Amino acid sequence: MSTAAKLRYGVVVFPGTNCDTDTWHALHDVMEAPVDYIWHEDTDLDGFDCVILPGGFSYGDYLRTGAVARFSPVMNCVVDFAGKGGLVLGICNGFQILLEAGLLPGAMMRNVGQTFVCKYVNLRVESTDTPYTRAMARGAVLRIPIAHGEGNYHADETTLSELKRNDQIVFRYCTPEGEIAPEANPNGSLDNIAGICNRERNVMGMMPHPERCTDALLGSSDGRLVWESLLGAS
Amino acid sequence: MGMEPRMWRELGLSDDEFQRVVDTIGREPTPTELAMFSVEWSEHCGYPRSRTLLALFPKTGKYASRVQGEDAGGIEVAPGLTVLFKMESHNHPSQVEPFQGAATGVGGIIRDIFTMGARPIAVLNPLRFGDLDEPLARYLLRGVVNGISFYGNCLGVPTIGGELQFEEPYKGNCLVNVMAIGVVETDKIATSRAVGEDNPVIVVGNSTGRDGIGGASILASHEFGEDEEKRPTVQIGDPFTEKCLIEACLEALETGAIVGMKDMGAAGLTCTTCEMSAAGEHGMDIDLRKVPRREADMEPWEMMMSESQERMLIVAEKDREQEVLGIFAKWGLNAVVVGRVTTDGVLRVRDDGEVVAEVDAAALASPPVYQLPAEEPGYYRKNQAVDFADLPVPEDMTAVLRELLASPSIASARWVYEQYDHMVQTNTVVAPGGDAAVLQIKDYRQGIAVTTDGNGRYCYLDPYLGAQLVLAEAARNLVCVGAEPAGVTDCLNFGNPEKPDRFWQFKRCVEGLADACRDFGLPVVSGNVSFYNETPDTAVYPTPVLGVLGVLQDVRRHCTAGFKRADDVVLLIGDTREDLGGTEYLKRMHKRVEGRPPALDLDFEKKVQGVCLEAVREGLAASAHDCSDGGLAVALAESCIFGNIGARIALGDHASDVRLDARLFGESPSRIILSVRRENADRVKDMASRAKVPIAVLGEVGGDQLVIEADGGRQIATKVAEMEKIWREAIPLLMQQ
Amino acid sequence: MAKARVVITLKETIMDAQGQTVEKALHNLGYGNVRNLRIGKFIEMDLDGTAREGLQSRVDEMCRKLLANPIIEDFQVEIEQ
Repeated sequence: MSTAAKLRYGVVVFPGTNCDTDTWHALHDVMEAPVDYIWHEDTDLDGFDCVILPGGFSYGDYLRTGAVARFSPVMNCVVDFAGKGGLVLGICNGFQILLEAGLLPGAMMRNVGQTFVCKYVNLRVESTDTPYTRAMARGAVLRIPIAHGEGNYHADETTLSELKRNDQIVFRYCTPEGEIAPEANPNGSLDNIAGICNRERNVMGMMPHPERCTDALLGSSDGRLVWESLLGAS
Repeated sequence: MGMEPRMWRELGLSDDEFQRVVDTIGREPTPTELAMFSVEWSEHCGYPRSRTLLALFPKTGKYASRVQGEDAGGIEVAPGLTVLFKMESHNHPSQVEPFQGAATGVGGIIRDIFTMGARPIAVLNPLRFGDLDEPLARYLLRGVVNGISFYGNCLGVPTIGGELQFEEPYKGNCLVNVMAIGVVETDKIATSRAVGEDNPVIVVGNSTGRDGIGGASILASHEFGEDEEKRPTVQIGDPFTEKCLIEACLEALETGAIVGMKDMGAAGLTCTTCEMSAAGEHGMDIDLRKVPRREADMEPWEMMMSESQERMLIVAEKDREQEVLGIFAKWGLNAVVVGRVTTDGVLRVRDDGEVVAEVDAAALASPPVYQLPAEEPGYYRKNQAVDFADLPVPEDMTAVLRELLASPSIASARWVYEQYDHMVQTNTVVAPGGDAAVLQIKDYRQGIAVTTDGNGRYCYLDPYLGAQLVLAEAARNLVCVGAEPAGVTDCLNFGNPEKPDRFWQFKRCVEGLADACRDFGLPVVSGNVSFYNETPDTAVYPTPVLGVLGVLQDVRRHCTAGFKRADDVVLLIGDTREDLGGTEYLKRMHKRVEGRPPALDLDFEKKVQGVCLEAVREGLAASAHDCSDGGLAVALAESCIFGNIGARIALGDHASDVRLDARLFGESPSRIILSVRRENADRVKDMASRAKVPIAVLGEVGGDQLVIEADGGRQIATKVAEMEKIWREAIPLLMQQ
Repeated sequence: MAKARVVITLKETIMDAQGQTVEKALHNLGYGNVRNLRIGKFIEMDLDGTAREGLQSRVDEMCRKLLANPIIEDFQVEIEQ
């Protein structure tokens, strides 16, 4: 196991992934953490502590977003890795792939407004009991951008109850004041859900892009808090 | 098959051109050869009608530029680092099928960038349609934006800028221009020369289908009849394949095994094979049977004319094919050796071994050049004499301001750019919506700024001056964000050049642009011409659109257009005159499009820009915003809206002899509004006086209203929140209909 | 050789935003009597080979595994021999 300060990150690259270099850059250049790319055909995740499935349009989002990527060779390893407690973070398309792979419950659908949306949103931190959010304050409002056409999270009633009961909802879209309101929901997502984790809390998926606001030059550095939370993980 | 006149005429070749083909190759062409000449010598491939005039553009400037004969050109922004950029049009396809037309436009221009070894880092889209009140314009806008979004977002290239203009003359001919930017180390720029005897010629990417062949059925060796429908007249884009192509091509270039690479755009295989051969002063021998095809029964001339997307032609080093092929296989792309480079300068095309075309590559790649007649049209002189003495000055200037803020050409374009991923690649420092976008270049202190500009009305009223005003405005936008203008790409959208009045417009615009670029010291590194943008009823306004790139020595020293803090002083550098001709105000409020566009003094413009740039670089400007569409009042309103704060303005002596509507809404160029902290105001005034540029204190930032006093009265008073709502909702409300 | 045709639709309980948008567009064009418009996917494939039995269940399996997402979609399979 790595020391608390130096988790080793792996960024998975599928054909069509396009936020891999952004994620790598945020970790390597801004957070100065050890990070490598993992080609989707690689089947060896030895030595990695945290595997990230970044954003993009894996396989062109054909059929359904994430539907084809989940069958890539690397995904069997990711499932095993997660099963053994390894840290797995899915961002945007990555979140979609985790849902298709069954590592997180629910499904993602097309934005209710029918168009792709790219803009900064406000997120309320709902749970700080995850390796990805422990450096945040419960109820804090973060400014992190979204960029997606299919961020409309759906789950049936049973699943939603479970998510609530087990503190698995990690982020919700909110107003700048922290209110969970319909006008703050950019895509129709159930219960304004923007990010969730699994029951074991080692796998998280979020639609917004923390790697896009790690460097303050780009407008916000709230994304850093995700990496800073992980820095404390071991 | 013997050649009959209707054959070459249907393919778009004149009798003279056909004779020239015969003279060039010493015999009658084969059907495949005829097809090849018809596409390579067409206006959109060979530029026969514009090449002479385009030679007027300067190719050098302060920053080292690379412009020689490749798909895109660029400038060195830092030692050893080149930024390549180019703009192209996809007007006619977008009018027919807006989604795919725009999507494939993005795909095409991006290929021009990575074919030179540069990673594409941004796209901009200047778009022009008819009035948005009409369903057709809304349909086209929706389709085009969806198409750009679909393609650009999937590629992971941020769309960081563009423009929206709505004018009646664009109704039947929308203008969809697309600009792409890429970054590459100067010594790693790839070229498209085919050299080296026996070097393999490789086709990579999507298979070849019948896309874009359309009206060439004359060559079919069998009847089409109802099969006619099977020919797609529209090209279909596949951004997933292009994304994989970007990665595979850049990876393959790193191996050093690639000798030359070119993307297949207009005229596909014909263009790439003959131009690569001609550039390398070599020849090629290829067999079309080896080229992956979508439909088994495609004939050789169809293969050579096809405009199927997402294909590249690569010449690799002999014995290193496998390295290259392996990389494409890894990315799931077709890659097939289809022939070899030869030394005889001949392009030899076979179909399963049998030669179907054999022409000298250089001759094929040398279309004729035409000097077309230009004739000043009657409207021009009449219009120069128009004055506005009889134009009534409105009573309620606040109402005029509100009306202008609601004009779709001025209103917020957020409805559009929120559909584009403008943040991917994490380089976007200043996002769309302001004067110019600013991008960082990782690992470098320098950054780049880029903007696109065009003004069809000005260019219609006075092509020479209009084109210069466009360049001046683009450069002004760049200094407002803190960048020094460094290079230009152009997309020249005009009507039918065979009509002398249209050609006159083209000639005068090019001359105006060339003179202005030379004066500013800006090289035109690349560009595109789109002719024939007209229907039997109307031609588009002559619309040269410019993409201008600027360099920030330190990307952190940039500036934005919104007011920042209460008590900051609002300054105006420049001068206001009675400039009503061709303005948005004149069109929107008085329904008139006439008069002389604002006069432009290039030296004065440069001085004003210099003061702004100095103020931003010294960190003295809290905000910088230039006056353009809608004039001073609109610019002040925008700075309030962007900053979510009001301003108390008193025009006082400034241009007090100019009629009020021109003072508020006239479009005199060379004016920039700066807001500065009170303690810095004197330093900025000194900068202006040293440069001999007039500077006026207009007022101060603060409150929740924009108030403008002039001529002894309060001429404009309106809450910022109200203005913001009108400005923000104008386009969404129209699009909901 | 057999041909399979698959129609995939959102589950009845899921809100079909795309379908609603398109229904409204039709209403705007004058087709006011359109109701319950739903949009789905159509997949068609040729199946090589000789095994005539079990084709239905094989395609069903394809649907469950990849072609449809059972959390939000239903599917119908038709085999033509």
